[in-house]
Amino acid sequence: MARIPNKWYKIIAILLLAYTIIYGLLIPLPTDVGMLDETIRNLFYHVPMWFGMMIILLVAWICSIIYLQNMNYRYEIYARALTYSGILMGLCGLFTGMFWGYNTWGTPWTNDPKINGVAVGMTMYAGYWLIQKSVNDGEKKARLSSVYNIFIFPLFIALIFVMPKLAKFSIHPGSGESVNFKTYNKTNNMETVFYPAIIAWTLLFVWIAEIRGRIELYKQHKENEKLFA
Amino acid sequence: MKNFLLNIIGDIVPIAEESIFRTSGKIYVVVGVIAIIFICIVIYLIKLDTKISKLDNSDK
Repeated sequence: MARIPNKWYKIIAILLLAYTIIYGLLIPLPTDVGMLDETIRNLFYHVPMWFGMMIILLVAWICSIIYLQNMNYRYEIYARALTYSGILMGLCGLFTGMFWGYNTWGTPWTNDPKINGVAVGMTMYAGYWLIQKSVNDGEKKARLSSVYNIFIFPLFIALIFVMPKLAKFSIHPGSGESVNFKTYNKTNNMETVFYPAIIAWTLLFVWIAEIRGRIELYKQHKENEKLFA
Repeated sequence: MKNFLLNIIGDIVPIAEESIFRTSGKIYVVVGVIAIIFICIVIYLIKLDTKISKLDNSDK
């Protein structure tokens, strides 16, 4: 059996995920949360998707900057794998949010500043994917997509983080004059699962990104071999 | 505004009893199913990872 590289963070990811999934479903939570009811457990599954997405996209953004600075192709591969993984996480968050919203607010899509911001942001990241697919020249593609990534990440954060905070009303917690999770969480027992959940889901998607990146690096290696053979 | 919203929500939906969620004990079945799916996904990821590691090592 081949050795798995960086296996420590993978073991931590598995353990924390098991904890999140099993204990997150069984932990007694405050019952005075109104129409959220027991679906407040989605705090451990839906919300970490967004937190993790922001962390992963931030790292991808840094990788893009490093790539443009020293033109090391490795960093472009890291940035691409991490960005795709972040988009996947965002889509998971979007769909779980639509499902949760449908069952609590009665509609999958409310005109909430956060949801609309995410819709625009995901379209911008679809543009990143389009650049990757539409440019054939390897180096040109890498430069274009890196520059594009550097532009869109701050815009994306502004759309999903800053704008909802400035908005007058939002039904998402932590923005506008909305209900906050702190209102309910008097015993603070949600934090004991919530923070490990963020770490766990982020590490899982970093793992997926790592697999993708290693496939790309392998392809690159093979092409170089062909070139110099 | 905050209290207003909470009052409305509280009036419409009766506060859930802890027991509704747990009396039947069926929640453990759901936890078990999710745990099995999770284990399968983890095993698949590990196998995928070892496969790529083998490819990597065979070249160097």
